[in-house]
Amino acid sequence: MRASIIVFPGSNRERDAARALRLVCGCEPHMVWHADTSLPPGTDLVVLPGGFSYGDYLRCGAIAARAPIMDAVRAHAAAGGLVLGICNGFQILCEAGLLPGALMRNAQLRFTCKDVYLRVERSDTPFTRGYNAGQVIRIPVAHGEGNYVADGETLARLEGDGRIVFRYCAPDGSLDPKANVNGSLAAIAGIVNERRNVLGLMPHPENHVEAALGCTDGRGLFAGIAEHLAAAA
Amino acid sequence: MISKEPPITPELVAEHGLKPDEYQRIRDLIGREPTFTELGIFSAMWNEHCSYKSSKVHLRTLHTQAPWVIQGPGENAGIVSIGDGLAVVFKMESHNHPSYIEPYQGAATGIGGILRDVFTMGARPIACLNALSFGDPSHPKTRHLVAGVVAGIGGYGNSFGVPTVGGQVRFHTRYDGNCLVNAMAVGLIEVSKIFYAKAVGVGNPVVYLGSKTGRDGIHGATMASAEFGDDAEEKRPTVQVGDPFAEKLLLEACLEIMAKDCVIAIQDMGAAGLTCSAVEMGAKGDLGITLDLDKVPCREPGMTAYEMMLSESQERMLMVLRPEKEAEAEAIFRKWGLDFAVVGETTPTKRFVVRHRGEVVADLPIKELGDEAPVYHRPYVETPRPVPLLASEVQAPVTLADALEKLLASPDLCSKRWVYEQYDHLILGNTVQRPGGDAAVVRINEGPKALALTTDVTPRYCEADPFEGGKQAVAEAWRNLVAVGARPLAVTDNLNFGSPERPETMGQLVGCIRGIGEACRKLDFPVVSGNVSLYNETNGRPILPTPTIGGVGLIDDVALVATLAFKAEGEAILLVGETQGWLGQSLYLREICGREEGAPPPVDLALERRAGEFVRELIHDRVATAVHDVSDGGLLVAIAEMAMASGLGARLYGAPVMIPPHAFWFGEDQARYVVTVPQGEAEAVIARARGAGVTVRRLGVTGGDALQLPGERPMLVQVLTERFESWLPAYMAGHAP
Repeated sequence: MRASIIVFPGSNRERDAARALRLVCGCEPHMVWHADTSLPPGTDLVVLPGGFSYGDYLRCGAIAARAPIMDAVRAHAAAGGLVLGICNGFQILCEAGLLPGALMRNAQLRFTCKDVYLRVERSDTPFTRGYNAGQVIRIPVAHGEGNYVADGETLARLEGDGRIVFRYCAPDGSLDPKANVNGSLAAIAGIVNERRNVLGLMPHPENHVEAALGCTDGRGLFAGIAEHLAAAA
Repeated sequence: MISKEPPITPELVAEHGLKPDEYQRIRDLIGREPTFTELGIFSAMWNEHCSYKSSKVHLRTLHTQAPWVIQGPGENAGIVSIGDGLAVVFKMESHNHPSYIEPYQGAATGIGGILRDVFTMGARPIACLNALSFGDPSHPKTRHLVAGVVAGIGGYGNSFGVPTVGGQVRFHTRYDGNCLVNAMAVGLIEVSKIFYAKAVGVGNPVVYLGSKTGRDGIHGATMASAEFGDDAEEKRPTVQVGDPFAEKLLLEACLEIMAKDCVIAIQDMGAAGLTCSAVEMGAKGDLGITLDLDKVPCREPGMTAYEMMLSESQERMLMVLRPEKEAEAEAIFRKWGLDFAVVGETTPTKRFVVRHRGEVVADLPIKELGDEAPVYHRPYVETPRPVPLLASEVQAPVTLADALEKLLASPDLCSKRWVYEQYDHLILGNTVQRPGGDAAVVRINEGPKALALTTDVTPRYCEADPFEGGKQAVAEAWRNLVAVGARPLAVTDNLNFGSPERPETMGQLVGCIRGIGEACRKLDFPVVSGNVSLYNETNGRPILPTPTIGGVGLIDDVALVATLAFKAEGEAILLVGETQGWLGQSLYLREICGREEGAPPPVDLALERRAGEFVRELIHDRVATAVHDVSDGGLLVAIAEMAMASGLGARLYGAPVMIPPHAFWFGEDQARYVVTVPQGEAEAVIARARGAGVTVRRLGVTGGDALQLPGERPMLVQVLTERFESWLPAYMAGHAP
């Protein structure tokens, strides 16, 4: 497994993502600078990490979507390579047109950092094979703009194609509006593209990979990716 | 006389916050009238905020030494060794005045400033904490200030990428006109790679780095050295605007050029900006500095020398570089998209020379600028020692259960979840103990070591008895670190008081410093950095004396961290420490009886140490299953917090016959912990305590879904939790306090 983490000047969870890949997949990722124009040869997973790519004072991820490295990321995705966008990475993927929809300010208008429960909607994507469909996992969020929106047609397509991968839920897995931490449409926490090789999600699985820090529910995502790549090799 | 500069008049001198005798001192020092720019420079260097002129003689009495201290007070931040060639760098600083005027930016730039203090020394910040004091919840500005300050702290720290892991929030009418925002930053550094402000070598380039200089924050430090009148809002232009993205770039660029060994000396531009940083680097190195202001990157054209020297624009650094590394350093800064300009050089003259548009606008003796600042032995009167309030003089107006429910929903004791959920407390992936425990615990790199971090002070105690209050602030920080299993290492102190020109207020400052000094000495817990904020008063009404203590402790193995939640049914609940039932200055007295009086609980530092060391051993030996210190609200509140954190209740025994029940359960006697142990271990623990000279009392047994006391209705944990969690969100949503 060869992973590349894209580092924008305001990325700040790139080390967390690197540690998760190291601990769960045994993979030492390449850190790729946003001003570069190509990915290291053989890259099979690109991670767009959390943070505030260029300060994100206007629209989160809008400038990052046009960064020099993003053409290479688009080409990687077009060739079927895996792309994982976490938090700011999800915002960037939406701005770059690699995923549909947009992420607006949280419904409560406040930045929110807390553990939330996610229902894994399907286990047959490259990113979720480490979980069972319907499994409930506990993962932290830390964002101010994670309120997913899309038009009715897009939502119908996401639902119809089964591309909603994670939803905010109550601890028992039910879709309680109170559990929808940021007011996202259809409680969407993460979606994949049509080919299912690009995942964007707001929560931070990379922060729940060590028992010493209280929870390991995030390991499944990284373990699943490694398993998928190993199977594909 | 410099072209187009206004003449110096007594009014102009007064506007610069300089007293007539201080101005005379300037004239005597330089042997002539200062230029307008020089007057600005003196006002920046000699204000209370930068010169510590009222507090200096007292701060010198503090205990600052220990074998593990690498750097004590006097640098950007204190440094303490934690073994393995690593050290922890930390400091706490106030941003009170700006936060009251413009809460979001005031608080945000407070975080920016304290983070720079830490990474200026070469450390990577790993955690932030804060301590916030607001006015009475019913005051019309309070809600606005809480919302703005919390959003500002989060907005800056979250984007910069440092976890905000702990803090305090309190409310009291004495902060109505002056909120307090005390921010602490903690960084990690290799002992062999520490950078200081001291310039070395003649003819070396002085380099300006970071964001451009604008007209914001001019006279910020002078503003922060005066009390407020009714016109506080009109001071908004003195508040700076923060850019956490620029700060993040500055951090990465600074650490990168430090790693490449380009840097001789470095100083961040904080209060009084370019002036303070340049003077400090020169004075510490016994060198002169010449600055050419035409080279300073400016945000707008036409800025005067005066404006550039006093601007407090954020996210800027000044460095003395190794000349041969200039090109390499510049390339690194350009990569991060930051300004880089050689703006001067070091000289052998020991003079601070500033040129602008072909003129010398300032030429001053550099050491005297700092060292000859006035030092005041201000007159003070000691606060009269209050008479202790006997528990028998306090009637219980309500049942214990009603009192507990009311206390848990009171502004000072209720859950601060609404606040800390707006701070990213998980970023960097090392937060072992999140906000809500006794102390935050942050793992060091991949472990197994970890740091325990806390901020503490009980201002109502300090108001009643500054000496005991000062002791208590240190003791409580020490206790909170012990309660998670840490060995307390050192503290940073952030002393917030009213005007030092009033002898009563000065007496509070002196008393608190004595108390802090005493506790730090007895607990072997030195002060390594700090900050003083005076003139926190409006229309003659000062804040409660608030000497915030930021404590840092070391945990050898992160697997041995203790937490406060009950762990299992049927475990013995033990009280470590002695209880008289001290209700003077307690929250019970204030919230339930409506009285703020009496003496605060005295702190017996020998007892504190014995109790703490005993508890730490229980944690270390894995005997204690849950630990919580007893502080605000007393014993029953502490037990309720342990119950709420776990969802488990407890059956409690009655109070001892010689203490009125409400005094036993809500008294705030110091040096106490609640500990749970498996039933089978309880006798051995009690015997062990006896051997250590520590009192241990059985309080009850964990279990069930309620707290049960003889003769009281059961207090359902779920109901307590609802009370505990609901006050702050409801208040912030606009409900009446």
